[in-house]
Amino acid sequence: MKKILLSSIIILIGITFIGRLSYLQIFSFSPDQVLEDSAIKALYDYPERGYIYDRNGKLLVGNDPAYDVMVIPREVKPLDTLEFCNLLGINKDRFIQLLRKARIYSPRLPSVLVPQLSKEDYAMLQEKMRKYEGFYIQKRSLRYYDTEAAANVLGYIREVNERDLKRNPYYVQGELTGGTGVEQQYEEILRGRKGVQYIQKDRFNRDIGPYKGGILDTLPEQGKEISLTLDKDLQEYGELLMHGKRGGIVAIEPSSGEILAMISGPTYDPALLVGRQRSKNYSKLHYDTISKPLFDRSISAEGSPGSPFKALNALVALQEGAILPSTTFRCYNGFYVGKTKRGCHCGGGIRNLNSGIYKSCNAYFAGTFRKIYEKFPTTDEGQDVWEKHMKSFGLGNFLGYDLPTGRPGRIPGKEYYDKWYGDNRWSSSYIISNSIGQGEVAATPVQLANMTAAIANRGYYFTPHILKKVEGEDISIPEYVQPKYTTIDKKHFEPVVKGMADVYKKGTARWVQIPGIEIAGKTGTVENYTKIDSVRTQLTDHSVFIAFAPVDNPKIALAVYIENGYYGSRYAGHIASLLIEKYLKGEITRKDLEKRMLEKTLEHEYAKPYSGEEFKINEYVW
Amino acid sequence: MSGSKVLKRIDWLTVLFYLLLVGIGWINIYSSTFSENNSSIFDFNQLYGKQLFFIGLSLVSIIVVLALEASFYERFSSILYIISMVLLLGLFVFGKTIAGATSWYNLGFFNLQPSEIAKVATALAMAKYLSDIQTDIKKRKDQFYGFLIILIPAILIIPQPDPGSALVFFALIFVLFREGLPLFYLGIALLAMLVFIATLMYGTIWVGIGLALIIALFLLLKRASFKVPILPLLTVLIAAILFSLSVNFVFNNVFEQRHRDRFSLWLRLENDPNKLEEIRKTIGYNTYQSEKAIESGGFFGKGFLEGTRTKGDFVPEQHTDYIFSTVGEEWGFLGTSIVVLLFTLLLLRLVYLAERQKNDFSRIYGYGVISILLIHYFINIGMVIGILPTIGIPLPFFSYGGSGLLGFTVLLFIFLKLDANRLNEWG
Repeated sequence: MKKILLSSIIILIGITFIGRLSYLQIFSFSPDQVLEDSAIKALYDYPERGYIYDRNGKLLVGNDPAYDVMVIPREVKPLDTLEFCNLLGINKDRFIQLLRKARIYSPRLPSVLVPQLSKEDYAMLQEKMRKYEGFYIQKRSLRYYDTEAAANVLGYIREVNERDLKRNPYYVQGELTGGTGVEQQYEEILRGRKGVQYIQKDRFNRDIGPYKGGILDTLPEQGKEISLTLDKDLQEYGELLMHGKRGGIVAIEPSSGEILAMISGPTYDPALLVGRQRSKNYSKLHYDTISKPLFDRSISAEGSPGSPFKALNALVALQEGAILPSTTFRCYNGFYVGKTKRGCHCGGGIRNLNSGIYKSCNAYFAGTFRKIYEKFPTTDEGQDVWEKHMKSFGLGNFLGYDLPTGRPGRIPGKEYYDKWYGDNRWSSSYIISNSIGQGEVAATPVQLANMTAAIANRGYYFTPHILKKVEGEDISIPEYVQPKYTTIDKKHFEPVVKGMADVYKKGTARWVQIPGIEIAGKTGTVENYTKIDSVRTQLTDHSVFIAFAPVDNPKIALAVYIENGYYGSRYAGHIASLLIEKYLKGEITRKDLEKRMLEKTLEHEYAKPYSGEEFKINEYVW
Repeated sequence: MSGSKVLKRIDWLTVLFYLLLVGIGWINIYSSTFSENNSSIFDFNQLYGKQLFFIGLSLVSIIVVLALEASFYERFSSILYIISMVLLLGLFVFGKTIAGATSWYNLGFFNLQPSEIAKVATALAMAKYLSDIQTDIKKRKDQFYGFLIILIPAILIIPQPDPGSALVFFALIFVLFREGLPLFYLGIALLAMLVFIATLMYGTIWVGIGLALIIALFLLLKRASFKVPILPLLTVLIAAILFSLSVNFVFNNVFEQRHRDRFSLWLRLENDPNKLEEIRKTIGYNTYQSEKAIESGGFFGKGFLEGTRTKGDFVPEQHTDYIFSTVGEEWGFLGTSIVVLLFTLLLLRLVYLAERQKNDFSRIYGYGVISILLIHYFINIGMVIGILPTIGIPLPFFSYGGSGLLGFTVLLFIFLKLDANRLNEWG
């Protein structure tokens, strides 16, 4: 016993040590420790963010230098506080408070004392800076906008939040990232890659040279410049026209799917979200819950498409052989669903496809819609076919464009109605409103524009996209350069396009023709409701317009959706026609029309539901 | 005995372990004191250069130790013991204070730490006393003298203050056990330690219940023929409970806060994360940093001279008491387990050597050597890897320090000399 006592103890100790060491070094060990290691500090070198240009090479977004006044509290010597505060443009109490905050954060590490001085303040301060020990100026770059337009498309820069940090290990606290729009979508391209330098620290947090001789260090990678598909002039002009109006406009080049303009009203100057006033301005925009300037109506506002949807119903009916272009329906200044009469503004009489479209006859399309469903033994089958055709135009689902926000719209399927009415307890009469684009269908302006492009192309479209070039190279993303075909044969488009062209020639938009340009379009007047004190109240109709031009070689297809703008050709029709003229001709010949659109606002309409008083809708004041 | 005979008979395996430990130790001292500016390993202004010098000096001392007659050590052990006690006493007058402890004599080119000499001398004196034909360790009086040999240097060292070194002498009690001291004492000591720890962790009530349960279990499992010593068992139980109560009292009223913090850190008593953070920054800083450094080494380590925490001096005293954390960070689990293995093999080899001695003095001295090395190794690495409270004693052959290295070398090689001489007939 006494002979083996010591040996046993020795072995027991050895086993205990090995056990503890394997716990520490094998089980507790986590390999990814370079950044968690308190002995190593990473210093970052941020590259300049990439510039953003429009399709013609005009600058949209660049960078501007900004200057932060930094402080290392431990190194601050007594100073002439009054003079320094004057230079910084803050008062003494504030200065003392900022200094205390910096000291609490760390006496040894630099903190930002005053962020983002203007160039003028910087020039003043720079001369005297050497007098103030412990303070220095750090340069960094801020976004600079060479336009007041396109805020909704461009997005903004913000500080990363907890979610970003969790989702993407690239970021560290306090770094910047794109928020919404192109800045968010193409963050990685624009941002480049920060360079990193690992510094070996001792336990007093002093640098003692590069870690591992710098072999892990990387150089910053410049952010790439990109060109958008936007036409800066068109975008800016569109936003001018949108002044005082709510709604969305999207213009697309049908032959490529490139988004020429994407306008949301009301909007804001992108420069508001840069610099020292950023958070104040952001709160102001964020809390404007009535006009919602941060809400991108061009891609996120789902609304009934209205009469432009009739063109699609016509195409479906032709494709399914439900009608021929010559098929006629009689309009009784309306049509009957059972015993109820639904109205029509076309003037009544016999309608065929052509006049049905250009006069926008509700009765004609109600009849056409019924014919589609009559082709099938059950309503369910009819609904499936109808849904398939509609969705082939990019409706009822996310389009796949390269912007981070948006809504899918709605093309209801049979399940949708089964839920409402019960299995097999509904028929085409129940859903007749879909024939004229009211009812349950919903689409965003970008979907309407895309649908228009598909009609302009006579049967196919390219997924709308906003990115044109990266570092001067055209993009080759298959999603955006390969056409998507609708389920409608090419031959069926001609009569519909003819009808849409006649909308301008002799139909609902004959007052907004452009001399020398042949346009095809379709007006829409969308009834809409709101709740005032929980009473369903009708508001002035939305004014909707889709158009493409020139008819035979379309260069632009657009959708204009103006909330409470009354009938289709009034606001939306005017704006569409001005935008087409601007884009195709470069200048506006109809100055009076332009003047009226620039001056007229719809603020009085938007004020009505909030006035607390009785109000009239659809007033014919012009 | 001529020199060539010593070289033939010396236990080369032990020498190999010794050289490996010293070599590995120096590599790690180099790493933890190295800075980019200086390059020559023979730069004696640098700590690693100095240590290289001490290693040379140790090799010289080995030659001297081996060259002396084996009988010299037994004959002069009493005188050596007395001299070293005088040296310890002299510290009260002539001592040099480093880091708060008056443990050194300033000899100009280096500082001599007499407690290192005392370790050798006490081991020799103990061997001499126990191997005496007159001594019978079963007798109370002889037990008392045995304890006294240990107690004198310990009592002289405690007020330096250097409680760690003092503790080392108590390791020599193992020698007494080997030589016949009843294991009953060991049982009492173990029980006391267990009760102490259990009281701090679970409180007196649970300790009492636990002990009572153990005794009940013991009574249940007893063989029918076995006569139950009811009275002694009860005495032990009551004594343990009383001891437990006194532990509570001492811990709360006699100990200072820093002592309490050390124990609460060691026994993981503190659960409040804020206080834990506070302890990590103050009393537990060393332990926390060294644990972190070892942990960050992983299985393969970061590589020679690549330890970031070592380079950043995150672990204070890393080249001395905390040298093992450098092994952990730079050489990983591979390195640490090799070092633990080397120590284990060395100690087991020494046990084997001690047991094969024909001569009582040699065997007892051998056990003294083992006990002293073992307690250093156990307490040092135990502290560095965070399973023992902070007690500042060096890792033998490893830690930076001239007196330490010389002391351990002489301690070991005297035994190797005795072992090499075991077949010779002598006085």
